[in-house]
Amino acid sequence: MPGIAVILRLTALGLLTAFLLTPQSFAPVFAPFTQYGAPPIYDQGNLLSLALSHLGTVCLAAAASTLVAVSLGILVTRGSGAEFLPLSRSLVNLGQTFPPVAILALAVPLVGFGEKPTLIALFAYGLLPIFENTLIGLQTCPPALLEAASGMGMSARQRLMSVELPLAMPLILEGVRLSLVINVGTATIGSTVAAKGLGEVIIAGLLSNNTAFILQGGLVTGLMAILLYDAMSAIERRMFKAARID
Amino acid sequence: MIRIENITKRYGDSAVVDGVSMNIERNSITVIVGTSGSGKSTLLRMINRLVEPSQGRVLIDEKDTASEPAHLLRRRIGYAIQGHGLFPHRSIAQNIATVPRLLEWPEARIDARVTELLEIFQLDPGVFAHKFPHQLSGGQQQRVGVARALAAEPAVLLMDEPFGALDPVIRAKAQDDLLDIQRRFGTTIVLVTHDIDEAFRLGDQVAVMSHGKVLQCDRPAALLTQPADPLVTLMTGSADRALRLLSLTSAGEAAIPGATAGISVAASASLRDVLSDLVWRGADAANVLDTEGRPRGHLTVAAILSHGRSR
Ligand SMILES: Nc1ncnc2c1ncn2[C@@H]1O[C@H](COP(=O)(O)OP(=O)(O)O)[C@@H](O)[C@H]1O
Ligand SMILES: [Mg+2]
Repeated sequence: MPGIAVILRLTALGLLTAFLLTPQSFAPVFAPFTQYGAPPIYDQGNLLSLALSHLGTVCLAAAASTLVAVSLGILVTRGSGAEFLPLSRSLVNLGQTFPPVAILALAVPLVGFGEKPTLIALFAYGLLPIFENTLIGLQTCPPALLEAASGMGMSARQRLMSVELPLAMPLILEGVRLSLVINVGTATIGSTVAAKGLGEVIIAGLLSNNTAFILQGGLVTGLMAILLYDAMSAIERRMFKAARID
Repeated sequence: MIRIENITKRYGDSAVVDGVSMNIERNSITVIVGTSGSGKSTLLRMINRLVEPSQGRVLIDEKDTASEPAHLLRRRIGYAIQGHGLFPHRSIAQNIATVPRLLEWPEARIDARVTELLEIFQLDPGVFAHKFPHQLSGGQQQRVGVARALAAEPAVLLMDEPFGALDPVIRAKAQDDLLDIQRRFGTTIVLVTHDIDEAFRLGDQVAVMSHGKVLQCDRPAALLTQPADPLVTLMTGSADRALRLLSLTSAGEAAIPGATAGISVAASASLRDVLSDLVWRGADAANVLDTEGRPRGHLTVAAILSHGRSR
């Protein structure tokens, strides 16, 4: 039933698209937030291209986090890799507890300014939810299913690919979604080290004391996070509509 | 068909299965019965090497099962467990097709086999093939579990308390179905249960286990008339052993020549049921008829009782 929720989402998507394509048409909305005739709409770069590179950085980092976190989760749930579980947990936790800003600061001397340090910070920050969810997903696979799979002659690899991972998939995707959404916001700090992204808009607003810029950067980032969350949820629902696995 | 030679499984210091030897005939049902924790499942799992023996070996058709990779061995052996272990993310058809897929059967052969099995297990393919396990009742799920175990036409089927989760009525039906299937495919079945009635009902041969040892492995009647251990008597129940013995013989087998005036019973009925019928109706003799209604002789109460005597 296309209820209020759907209408709200479509409206949000429409507004975001309209704003990114024709920002100037929103000038009257943001004008009240400016002073002394400052520009109401961010004018130091193309908003659409900033939003796209912001999204690109976040997705790239999430892809890397997913690859590493899921592989690690698989490794430590195999009999042979169980001894690495405490170590992996500590590392992944460190990635989450160590402030992304600090990672940025540490990464810049190593890899220089630009997108790279941001990717590293987001990658480290996004590992935890994916890793933990992969772990829970794999560890809670019902023993009877594992026994049935092995008993019918699946190799360890076949069992992983056709039973364990598919069953853990809803949880893994939930972890990816969480990590994505957190990082859409976190990625704004990348602009402090000259990565192209929406943080630029916010920082410009801070520097020139232009509340309209800050609002624009914040709103676009927020809307992107919400829409991304919804899109991921929709994909998950579609994938697991028929089989009830949880 | 299956020869278990002096097999032992130890976990730490304790032998969970302790020096068990057993012969299992082709085309028969062997039931392993015993209390919980007696080592039944471990013994069963050593046949398909889900558990590797600490000592001893298992031969199938004179070939040591340790001579090939375990997962390849298991594809040739059906395996059905309690709570069925159906994959919740796969449709019924996909579940049943699991082993044929692993064996890389051609798609058309897989489809045909799935349809055939669904029909045998009284699950309309048009209705059930594309359903998911959670949409089925417990009894239906259990049937799919057995169908899946039989999908690749294994010569041997191992079952670990396959009917444990079913209520009594569905359970009895499932047991009858299993007997039909066994006759139809000639599968050699090894079944684990803690239910002695199930053991007597299904087993051509029953192995009674306790503390990792097989106390006796024999025809059901022999367990009653020549128990090898007091525990066997205890487990088979001494109070109703005469009736149990009667339930192991069919009217057809026991019928004596000639006819009698009075009621008729089916040749397939057990003597226990015939006796019950006679008591109920106040008769003391019955004609035995085969499935086509032809006379196969008759039975008297005295003749029936002689079958329930310890020899
Ligand atoms: N992997 C294992 N490690 C240690 N002990 C086990 C293991 N598997 C089974 N056991 C023990 O072996 C005994 C027999 O188990 P099992 O064969 O499952 O018994 P049954 O099927 O007759 O109930 C039990 O006491 C059980 O605790
Ligand atoms: Mg058991």
